Parts: sequence; structure tokens; C-alpha cells
Amino acid sequence: MKNKTPLLKRDGVQSLIASLICVVLGVLVGYIVLLIINPAGAGKAIMAVLKNFFFYPAGPARMKYFGSTLVKTAPLVMCSLSILFAYKVGLFNIGVAGQYVAGVGACLYAALAFHWPWWLCMIFAMAAGALLGAISGFLKAYANVNEVISGIMLNWISLYLVNIILTNVKEATSPYTLKVLSTSPGSVMPSLGLSKLFGGNQYVTLGVPLAILLAVAIYIILERTQFGYELRATGNNKNAAKYAGMKEKRNIIVTLIIGGALAGLGAALLYLTGIEEWSCSQSSVPGMGFNGIAAAFLGCLNPIGSVISSFFIQHITNGGGYLDKTLYSAQISDLISAIIIYLCGFVLFFKTFMNSRGAKREDTRFAPEPKTEDKKPSDSDSRKGGDAK
Amino acid sequence: MILLLQYTLIFASVLSLVALGGCISEHSGVINLGLEGIMVIGALGGALMMKYLPAGASPFVIIVCTILMAVLAGVVYSTLLAVSCINFKADQTIVGTALNMLGVAAATVIVKAINSAENPDNPSSEISYIAQKKAFLVNLNGFEFNWFMLIAAIALVAVAVMLYKTRFGLRLMACGEHPQAAASVGISVYKMRWAGVLLSGALGGLGGLVYITAGVSQWKFENGVAGFGFLALAVMIFGQWKPKHIAWAAILFGMFRALSNVYSGFDFLASLNIPSGVYNMLPYIISLLVLAFTSKNSKAPKAEGIPYDKGSR
Repeated sequence: MKNKTPLLKRDGVQSLIASLICVVLGVLVGYIVLLIINPAGAGKAIMAVLKNFFFYPAGPARMKYFGSTLVKTAPLVMCSLSILFAYKVGLFNIGVAGQYVAGVGACLYAALAFHWPWWLCMIFAMAAGALLGAISGFLKAYANVNEVISGIMLNWISLYLVNIILTNVKEATSPYTLKVLSTSPGSVMPSLGLSKLFGGNQYVTLGVPLAILLAVAIYIILERTQFGYELRATGNNKNAAKYAGMKEKRNIIVTLIIGGALAGLGAALLYLTGIEEWSCSQSSVPGMGFNGIAAAFLGCLNPIGSVISSFFIQHITNGGGYLDKTLYSAQISDLISAIIIYLCGFVLFFKTFMNSRGAKREDTRFAPEPKTEDKKPSDSDSRKGGDAK
Repeated sequence: MILLLQYTLIFASVLSLVALGGCISEHSGVINLGLEGIMVIGALGGALMMKYLPAGASPFVIIVCTILMAVLAGVVYSTLLAVSCINFKADQTIVGTALNMLGVAAATVIVKAINSAENPDNPSSEISYIAQKKAFLVNLNGFEFNWFMLIAAIALVAVAVMLYKTRFGLRLMACGEHPQAAASVGISVYKMRWAGVLLSGALGGLGGLVYITAGVSQWKFENGVAGFGFLALAVMIFGQWKPKHIAWAAILFGMFRALSNVYSGFDFLASLNIPSGVYNMLPYIISLLVLAFTSKNSKAPKAEGIPYDKGSR
């Protein structure tokens, strides 16, 4: 009974195939663009993007750059978890970019101005992200404002606000914020010996395992708890959920609060390592949140899938850094991820197509059944076995 | 003061052009979140045209060719949205977001490739058009009149007439309100939505060109268009999807944007010591507040964002 659905019709398998097709096509388009720019080095260049840290021979150097990719994967995982969590409840949390920015502002200000310990900075960042999420949630639940529109507005509001706030803790001569490592060493997340494992890369900290643990936690909450079931039910049919006695308004707000907290935490996981500083003259919302959308959909809206797809997207983004700069620009990686998200839009169509193809094939297989029944009785027996026994 | 007026008008032109694009698209039933990306690609088309036009070209030729190229680039790019969202029923939010990212990435890759092919030591994503840009400007006693201000005003009237007074416009709006009803009287919803998206691509592309020629004479494509596409969406919402209201909203938001550029020139504003970020932030805060109080009976097209399916009722 368990294996009744054919392999190609199972939802998970279809999603996986669709994602793989998106990746292959995205990389292919990237390759074609490279070919157009300069045919001679294109093959080598696309390999550089795909290889990233494998550029180095095995050893500490490779592990070190592997570590750098992981450090930047952690916030991406959090952003994509935020997107997918909300999406399961039927909300498109495009405000994840702004919630991430709010998290950056909160954790950096707490670290640089107040010298708080890392866990307090982290909670502060989560609170900031959750606050933005709560605003979107309240507007959606009580004022009927679409969360996509309020999210976009909040993205820009938080960008300008964070720029203003962090100007107080920036270096005198540059637009960048002070260095967390030297200004407030206590705010840097503990490494737990991971940095030794990754060739002495001091930025590999608690953040990496924490992101993976949270992905598992989100999976359990969504799939194995009553709370998660209620949220998913609200996403599937708001009115049915309301009818069944679930508080659909509360669920919307709680979802966006959790989504915001996840995004804010993502910011803390990156900035509390000290790997980069925030530029206070930034004029566009950082791409991390939007890449999170890519990772969530590429990962088939599954938390574990998110971890894998986030790693892949960060892998090629970092890989862009290994291109021959005299021939190609590193933005080729952004191009590939953008194309992958674009193609993710087709996944629904692709699934319907696979289902209809599968149905047709089944028709042709089952249509001549009465005639072939005598020849292969055992086969049809097993097919009808479920009812007979 | 003249400077403030000048900046306000040019930014308002950008915003109203792009917001009108978004308005047409949404009235046909497709949410165009990719306006930001479309602007970048339109700007790229215009900038490349200015770069490659011969130095001696007359101002009229420069204006016409550049505009045509920007519009064409916007239209071609918006087909990506149309194909996926209309024919393949893709999620419009995902595709719009993808187009925004793709616009900036593609423009950067293209410009960098061109720049480094010309001069291997110049891997920047900048195009400059100092001489060509003068074609767009007429100096009236210190006020730099820009032809685009006139074009934006014409576009505004044209769109208003088209939407409310022509058969095409009314049919287009029907497709955004109730596509099944429109289809039942013989209107091709797919065609109308295609028309809506392509028109928004044209206006978005043009808006992008206007934006990169407003005040500066070189553009770094890595920066995209710094959120102007989203600001235009805010204008459209604040203008309640109506061209006349969009015009006022564009002027108001254009003024905030202009203030963030020139506030230091006013003594009383400079003495308030408000960071320019606050002026940048205000349009978004205002739209959010307006949304919060008006969304219960929103004027948004009823069927926007829902892919049209012939079979559903």
C-alpha cells in the first residue's frame, strides 16, 4: 500500500527533479552568458564558480574557505527558513530583507555601543526582526494590508533607519561600522573549537551548527506539532481553519513574528562573527533576504532542503570571487541565482505537466488491461491486491 | 528653491511614469513587482544608446533614439514576466523578485563586460554620458527644464484617457476586475494581460532612463535604481490606482526624495539637523499609514495577482 504512488508522481520526488532542472538551466544560462562575453575562458570560468573553495588543493586552505562559505550560508539558511515558514501559512514574507536589516542594526548597535555579550545581542536582533514581522502581521490581520506590500515598505524604512542608527557607531573616516572583534570581543559568538577544524578560520563559530539545528527544529514544529498543524491548516484554507476553531488572525501574526525573529537571528549569525561590517551609506536593501527567497523555493519549501539549497547558492556566490576579473565579473553568480528563482516560478507548471504526462502514460498502460489479463495474471493481481486482501 | 522645484519635478516624472506602468499592469490583473528590474534594464538600454550614438548627432535624434531604446529594452525584459505569469501561471511575487535581482545582475555583467573589453584596466560598471545628456536639458533662467518632464505629463494624460475613455482601456480594466466576466463577452484575457505587462515594461524602461539622467551624468549599474521601482509602487498605492491621484502622489513623494538631496540648502531644514535618511524614509512610512487606514475598502483591482485560468469560475 505504501508504494502505491509511482515514484514520479510523489510530491517530494517531483519537487526535487524540478529544483535540479532549475539549477541545471540556471548554470547553463550562466555558461551561455560567459560564452558570449568571452568564449575562450568560459569553460574554466563556470568551473571556477561551481568549484568555489575546491579551487585550493585539499588541506587547511580549502577547509578555511569552506568555512567562509559556511559562515555566510548560516544567515541565508535563516532567511530561507523565515520565507518557507511564512509560506506554509500562506504568507509571502518578502519583508524578510527588512527584518534581516533590522537584525543587523540591533545586533551591531548592541555590540558596538553597549558591548553586550553575544547571546544578548542575538536576542536583541531577534526581537528587532520580530517587531517588523509583527507590524506586517498586525497590518495583515486587522487592516487587510497585503503582507507583500507592507513588507516592501518596511524593507526600505528599516534600511534607512538602520543607516541612521548605525552612523552613531561607525568609523570616523569611512562609512563602515566599527569592527566587532576589536571594539567588543565579548559580543563575538564562541567558536567551540570549530575554527581549528576549519583551518584556523576564526569566523566559523556557533552560528553554523545553530542554523542547521534550527532548520531541524522548524521541520519538527511544522510537521510534528499541533501548533505547526494549525499554522499549515490556516495556510491551506483560512476560512476552514477559522471554522475549525483556530484563531486565524493570531496565527498570521505569530507566523510573521517567528519569521521576523528567524531573519533577525540570521543577521546576528553573520555580523556577530565579525566577518563583515555594515556600510552606513548603503542605498539598497542587501540581497541576503532576496537570496533567501531563492533558497526557500529551490529547497522545495522543506527546511532540510533549505539548508542544502542555501549552501549551493552561497557556494556559487562565493565561487564568483574566483573568476578571472579581467574577463568576467563576479556578478555572474548573482545572475545564475536570479535565473534560478525565475525558473522556480515555473515549478507549479512543471508539476502539473509531470502529473498529466504520468496520467497519460498510465492510461495507455491500463487501457489494454482486459486483453492482457490472461497473459499476466500475477501483475494485475498485485495491482489490485489492496482491495482483494 | 529652484533646485528643489527642479529635482521634485524630475523625480516626480520618474515616479509617475513607472507608477503608471505599474497601474496599467495591475489593472490588467498582473502585479508587476519587477518594476525595479525593468527600470534598470530600460536605463541600461538608454545609456548604451547614448554611449554608441555618434558624437555629432543632433539633440532631437539623441532624444528619440535613446527613448526608443529604453522603451524597447523595458518591453523585451517585461516579456519574461508576461510569459511566466500569464501563460505559465507562475507566482507573480516570485517572478517579480527574480526580475529585480536579474535586472541588476545582468546590467552589471553586461556593462562590466563592455567596459573591460574596451579597456582591460577598467572593470567598473559605470557608463558616462556627459555630452549626450545635455540634449535633454533646456536652461530657463537657472531652472533646468528637462524634456522628460513634458513627456511624463503627456504620458499621464494619455494613460488616463486610454484607461477611462477607450474601448481598449476599459476592456483591460475589466480583465483585472473580473477576468471570467470579461472572457464571457469575448475579450481575450491573455491578450489584454500581455498588453498590460508590455505597456508597463515600456513605461518602466522609460522611467529608468529618466532616473539615470536626473541630476547625474554617469551611472554605476551595480547600484540598480536604489529602490525607485518600489517607491513607484508606493506612489501607485498612495494614488489608489488612479492616474490623476498618481500624479499628485508622485509630486509629493518626488518632493521628499528631492528634499533628501537638497535639504542642506535650506537654512531652517539644515538647522533641524534631520539626517537625509529620514526624508528617504517618509514616503514609505506615509504609504504604509495610508494603507493601514484605507485597505479595508481598497481600490486595488479585484483580480490582481491571481493567474487567469480559463477553466475556473
